[in-house]
Amino acid sequence: MKTLGRIALYAGLTVAALTFIYPFLWMASATFKPPAEVGTLALIPDNITLDNYRTMWARAPFGRALLNSTMVAGTITLAVLVFGSMTAYAMARLRFRGRPALNAVTLAVLLVPGQLTLIPMYTLVVQLGWIDTYAALIVPYLFNATAILMMRQFFLQMPQSLIDSARMDGMGELRILFTIFWPLSKPVLSIVAIFTFMGSWNEVLWPLLVVREQQLMTLPQLLTVFALGGGAGSIGVSLASAMVLVVPVVIAYAFLQRNFIESMASSGVKG
Amino acid sequence: MRAEQRSGSLMAAPYAAFLLVFAAYPIAFALVLVFLQWDLVTTPSFAGLDNVRLLANDGRFWRAVANTFVFLSIHLPLQIATALVLALALNRPLVLRSFWRASFFLPVVISGAVVAILWSNLYATDVGLINRLLVRIGLTPVPWLTDPSTAMPAIAAMVTWKNVGFYVIIYLAGLQYIPRSCQEAIEMEGATAWQRFRHLTLPMLLPQTILVVTLSTINGFQLFIEPYVMTGGGPLRRTYSIVLYLYTNAFSYQKMGYAATIGVALALIIGAVVFIQRRVIGKEETL
Repeated sequence: MKTLGRIALYAGLTVAALTFIYPFLWMASATFKPPAEVGTLALIPDNITLDNYRTMWARAPFGRALLNSTMVAGTITLAVLVFGSMTAYAMARLRFRGRPALNAVTLAVLLVPGQLTLIPMYTLVVQLGWIDTYAALIVPYLFNATAILMMRQFFLQMPQSLIDSARMDGMGELRILFTIFWPLSKPVLSIVAIFTFMGSWNEVLWPLLVVREQQLMTLPQLLTVFALGGGAGSIGVSLASAMVLVVPVVIAYAFLQRNFIESMASSGVKG
Repeated sequence: MRAEQRSGSLMAAPYAAFLLVFAAYPIAFALVLVFLQWDLVTTPSFAGLDNVRLLANDGRFWRAVANTFVFLSIHLPLQIATALVLALALNRPLVLRSFWRASFFLPVVISGAVVAILWSNLYATDVGLINRLLVRIGLTPVPWLTDPSTAMPAIAAMVTWKNVGFYVIIYLAGLQYIPRSCQEAIEMEGATAWQRFRHLTLPMLLPQTILVVTLSTINGFQLFIEPYVMTGGGPLRRTYSIVLYLYTNAFSYQKMGYAATIGVALALIIGAVVFIQRRVIGKEETL
């Protein structure tokens, strides 16, 4: 009975795991199939072809989009880590006027659904003349309330003696933050880095609003426009363009899955 | 102390300025836009309560609200059930435990745009993988995304598939807090596996269930990329979502006042629904 139960458990787990993995494997294999074969269930194509990738690459600026996405997500992540930790450090360890208010406002901001501010943010970006600029994609994300609260929570647990002795040595607050706190905060910094990067990498609604110029589109946006606009022309080509977005993420996930799960689960980011 | 004051203010100042421009101003301006008519080109004109009146009588908006409730009525029970089952399976001594967990979580890290494109192919009536499987086992193919009665359920099932790994992690964390002594005590009493689940595990996981309900409800109200990519809101507007309608009004019709009004209404509806859900589930707890 016991062994029977275990066999059933592992059979169930295998079916479940296949349900989540198989569609992606099928997608990867479909991109190497000629149009006539795409509909088949087989994972190994009879005739392997790179045509889908050639077509995709020739028809829309995916290389440029990859660059745009990397640039945008990278800049935002760096800013959220550097500026966010400065803010969090001040909010956790320095007494200044307005600190309680700043804490309260940060909590309140998290409760406001993004859809409420979507249109006013859009009109703001239009009025600033930022339509079709990197600024529109980056500046509204330079600070992140969730990240600041997480880092603040972590910084609160550091011993005050660390700060006191560093000040005694004549260190300024920024040096204390970046040379003493940062090395001790790797767990929280990596959590913040992953969910910030993933959130930006996968975001599609905001770019759809503020960018119309193909050369400035991020990957998920170009992919969506390409698939919907009929530019792809065939399933294989549209899935091949999706691979550009998926492959870097899957590689990173394979190496850092524990960090990914912890990071995205603790922040509420869901692709 | 004075130095601490100064560096504190200096280090927090950029964030305070950011909040003013990108949080306080948009929230305040959203409420102003409700009373304006504005196409972004001409000067905005005061419209009184026109936007609110229009919204109250806008069949398309209420269609989208109704669609969201259809979505949630399928998505919520399915999401809770699948997340619970997978979490319970993972919460045992297992070979390759982290592999199973990682495979369930895989769709969570993939962009919603990719998942939507992938699944519009899996759901395709003639060449889709799912219908090929159905045909192979002798069933008739289903026009998943083109039949008004199956389109929204199909999207709800897909979103459940995409997010379940996230909720499995939440339930797993909750399962860790059920004391071993409780489990042993109830086993000593001779409770069956189902009784243990019904009277110990499920009540102990109530905080996690409330979290799952709240998060997937908020998520459901924000449905956008799935109908945008897969159905365009059709067939017969049955998959038109509130955010898709908001986006269309802003981007295609240039109606900023009306789009902002939809955004405010959406925030109010989310708040009200989450509040009612918590009251109802909270009552259950005291029974």
